[in-house]
Amino acid sequence: MSVITIERKVLEKNDQIAQRNREFFKQRGIFVLNLVSSPGAGKTSILEMSLQQLRDAMHIAVIEGDVQTDLDAQRVARYGVPVVQIVTLGGCHLEANLIQDALKNLDLAGVQMLFIENVGNLVCPSSYDLGEAIKVVVLSTTEGDDKPLKYPAMFLNSSVLIINKIDLAPYAHCNLNVLKNNALRINPALEVFEMSCFTGAGISEWCDWLRKKGARGL
Amino acid sequence: MHELAIAQNILEIVEQSVPEQQAAAVRRVRIRVGRLSGVVPDSLDFCFRVILSETKMRQAGLAIEQVPTISRCKDCLHQFQFEDWAFTCPTCKSANLELISGKELEIVEIELTETE
Repeated sequence: MSVITIERKVLEKNDQIAQRNREFFKQRGIFVLNLVSSPGAGKTSILEMSLQQLRDAMHIAVIEGDVQTDLDAQRVARYGVPVVQIVTLGGCHLEANLIQDALKNLDLAGVQMLFIENVGNLVCPSSYDLGEAIKVVVLSTTEGDDKPLKYPAMFLNSSVLIINKIDLAPYAHCNLNVLKNNALRINPALEVFEMSCFTGAGISEWCDWLRKKGARGL
Repeated sequence: MHELAIAQNILEIVEQSVPEQQAAAVRRVRIRVGRLSGVVPDSLDFCFRVILSETKMRQAGLAIEQVPTISRCKDCLHQFQFEDWAFTCPTCKSANLELISGKELEIVEIELTETE
């Protein structure tokens, strides 16, 4: 029996492309957010609310990821920002090379901020670096306050937690404090925003934070 | 859910590392999978067998070493392994922790039978 010693990361190819993406964004001073959540948590709604508030103040572009359809790109395009839809045809997450390809079709002239909306999935997207500055995990109250404990990797790898649909918390028997504490137990460094895209609660605080990030470039 | 893509990545790295004439001699690919890597070992093993069945390496299998999640408390320096995702130090209850292992997803080595 002979042995070839390798010691290589399985996802090294993805990580290399992600690093290239990161350098590309850095050169252009684009702040990139990777939005992750389970399907239906409200990523696209949060994106729409953010675009509504921010599009006059800064140049924003969007990459949408879904298993099928360009419905999300259509929603986002209404706000007059450059958008590209990636359809993964079954793929459960976005990978760095898909972002690299999407960038070729995106008008990035003057763009300061790029939102990447990942495929709705609370598991796989946590493993794949896309070259983003930060991951933003969205969890809606209707999913239950125990989810950070059940899907820890996503919360561990994110910098920001948006708790969405806070207006529905009483009906979903979701305790916001329990949810927040569960998330902070896994990642004490998480910055937490509470939001409702229906009532508009918390949107301004989130957009103020984005403005500061966008102004800083990176 | 993404184990098939991971299995393909492993196969690619193995193909790059083993000369083509030795491909049929590959018996085992040793990998390290951290408990926080988001990969299910059984599912990865299944996917790897499926994609290998079409190659010269169809006799090979995965040897998966599962790496526990180990943390060190930055306050009291206690080092511990945890199972229940409560990311607090069992000694001093601090949440100021540093992850030492658990995110691994690495190929360690490839074993081949001797070829004459």
